[in-house]
Amino acid sequence: MTSTAVEHETLSTAQAINRALRDALAEDPTVLVLGEDVGALGGVFRVTDGLTAEFGEDRCFDTPLAEAGIAGFAVGLAMNGMRPVIEMQFDAFAYPAFEQVVSHIAKMRNRTRGRVELPLVIRVPYAGGVGGVEHHSDSSEAYYAHTPGLHVVAPSNPADAYLLLREAIASPDPVVFLEPKKLYWAKGEVAFRAGAEPGIGRAVVRRPGTDATLIAYGPSVPVALEAADAAARDGRSLQVVDVRSIVPFDDATVCAAVESTGRAVVVAEASGFASVASEIAARVSERCFHSLAAPVRRVTGFDIPYPPPKLEHLQLPSVDRILDAVDDLQWEDA
Amino acid sequence: MAIDVDLMLPSPEPVALLDPDGRPTAGDDDALPPADDLLRGLAGMVTARRFNEQSSVLVRQGRLAVYPSSYGQEACQVAAAQVLGDEDWLFPTYRDTAAAVARGVDPVEVLGLLKGDWHSGYDPYERRVAPLATPLATQLPHAVGVAHAARLRGESTVVLAMCGDGATSEGDFHEALNFAAVFRAPVVFFVQNNQYAISVPLARQSAAPSLAHKGVGYGVPGELVDGNDLAALLHVLSGAVARARAGAGPQLVEGRTYRMQAHTNADDATRYRSDAEVAAWAAKDPLLRLDAYLRAAGVLDDSRAAAHADDAERLARHTRDGLNVDVVPDPEDLFRHVYSRPTPQLVEQLALVKDELSRDEPGRDETSQEETR
Ligand SMILES: Cc1ncc(C[n+]2csc(CCOP(=O)(O)OP(=O)(O)O)c2C)c(N)n1
Repeated sequence: MTSTAVEHETLSTAQAINRALRDALAEDPTVLVLGEDVGALGGVFRVTDGLTAEFGEDRCFDTPLAEAGIAGFAVGLAMNGMRPVIEMQFDAFAYPAFEQVVSHIAKMRNRTRGRVELPLVIRVPYAGGVGGVEHHSDSSEAYYAHTPGLHVVAPSNPADAYLLLREAIASPDPVVFLEPKKLYWAKGEVAFRAGAEPGIGRAVVRRPGTDATLIAYGPSVPVALEAADAAARDGRSLQVVDVRSIVPFDDATVCAAVESTGRAVVVAEASGFASVASEIAARVSERCFHSLAAPVRRVTGFDIPYPPPKLEHLQLPSVDRILDAVDDLQWEDA
Repeated sequence: MAIDVDLMLPSPEPVALLDPDGRPTAGDDDALPPADDLLRGLAGMVTARRFNEQSSVLVRQGRLAVYPSSYGQEACQVAAAQVLGDEDWLFPTYRDTAAAVARGVDPVEVLGLLKGDWHSGYDPYERRVAPLATPLATQLPHAVGVAHAARLRGESTVVLAMCGDGATSEGDFHEALNFAAVFRAPVVFFVQNNQYAISVPLARQSAAPSLAHKGVGYGVPGELVDGNDLAALLHVLSGAVARARAGAGPQLVEGRTYRMQAHTNADDATRYRSDAEVAAWAAKDPLLRLDAYLRAAGVLDDSRAAAHADDAERLARHTRDGLNVDVVPDPEDLFRHVYSRPTPQLVEQLALVKDELSRDEPGRDETSQEETR
């Protein structure tokens, strides 16, 4: 590796993920990167760009087109001393692998009373807002989050993408790593000397605020921040919490934030029914009831199949929908 | 590289070295494994059969929830374990408990799943036997991954992965064969074609000339073998293992056998097959056949046969004794093995369960319980 060891660099999310993979491959010879088109092409989003050239065919390689096969193959690799990082090309194309994920990846530790652990990462380019044709914009986090045995994380910026992926690869537990497609090209400052606070299991307050708390993750965090900016112009101070780690969920940080404002809106792209947003709303209601001045609101995708590109703007939580929900939080002066 | 397709196809008839009466078949005398190997195999089959019988009794006694028996398939079970070295891996299904036992896993631990104490009773790394797989064919891609990892590390491990005829219709079977071929992974896929998937006969699973033919589409050579002929199984499977170890890639072996008993104790096999069919297969029993051959060859006598029976009895007794012990499962285990460290949510949920259990403790004062509410 070239050792112009900089501590910080401005990178896009895609580049930050690439860097995390590179650094992990360089540090640990058991790390393997595999999937469809991850080799010479560097992935359809170029996230694995240059990895095969740098580390060779044995470390970063294309597999046959078979998602169950990829996931099942990774189980065996992990059983036998490797740390595979598999790429599912798109959210909705991960579904053929679902049985392997649910019945084996999530359960192997439990089935064997901790004797077999599967340190593997499933990277999934996910969610919408990029004008994708059908099957390219699903928000599939609830399926994974509902399955005990999986960690599920969703970065909202390049720095977290780097930090969380390094942690995911080092984790002894399987991690579903959801990469918001919409944020692949968003740039930000990335710190490489992790050493800092762990990210998995920790939510963070992205923006302080005193009137109400917006709780979001992944692609919805920038939208929530935008909504907070707009609200500030109207004289309302919105706090923004970035969940980052859907499983394990950081009840402590989220509840402390909500208790500090007494009002909460959960924002997520996925359809709202039986969703992660619903889970968060329920947890907050149960735990922060006495601090709440209003019912917890959710701003989510509608309960419809993901729309075609020309209509997807209606599905995505917008600044306006978020501000409308905030307006509904039983303000005394209203 | 041109591949000779004919070499990849199985023989038209199953490879057989001993006929149902235990007479060597005409032809390949060199193929017959050494007498010692056959004797060891016979001992293994006697034990496997006793284990099958014992396990079925344990179901009737309520000690096991269910038992998918490999009665009649003992040659396949024993051969699968016997052709592997210590460094190799075995990937069994729910029906392959006898194979796991033949590989040296404690039978009491093997039956843990069926007893209901925990999902997998044994440590897969101890004898290199993967957990018994219940979702059909899903273990096959794992086997390929284990084999590929071994190859990346320069180890000479071979993986033998088992499944039934019905499982060959599942997508994972095909993905696993394809992956193994593309990565040239040292895997031997061993299909025990016992003619039925619960009630559904082979004809409803596949229209292929044989299940062994399924390999050719993936570039995996197939071989068809008499699954009730231990000699033929040892010959074919050890050849496949040796070729995989030498770097020739995967192979698919179909053993033609028969599930002599119902799918499990919960099944009624008379609904879908005739007594005559079962009787015809009983005449091809793998134990009788090898016993007859070894006696005729002067390798087996009554005292040795009695010694085999004693060994089998010892294992049955150990199995029985072990399963008659009531293990009290620790509820904390439910929360302990979900992640490497329990999440905050699991810590809370465990506390709830502990609290609930403490209230159930005998001798706890009812009134004080009321007061604390
Ligand atoms: C994915 C999946 N589907 C269905 C079942 C239920 N099931 C258990 S055993 C069985 C029959 C399997 O037949 P075969 O593969 O021939 O193996 P055998 O039981 O005959 O050994 C079925 C349908 C299952 N275990 N897994």
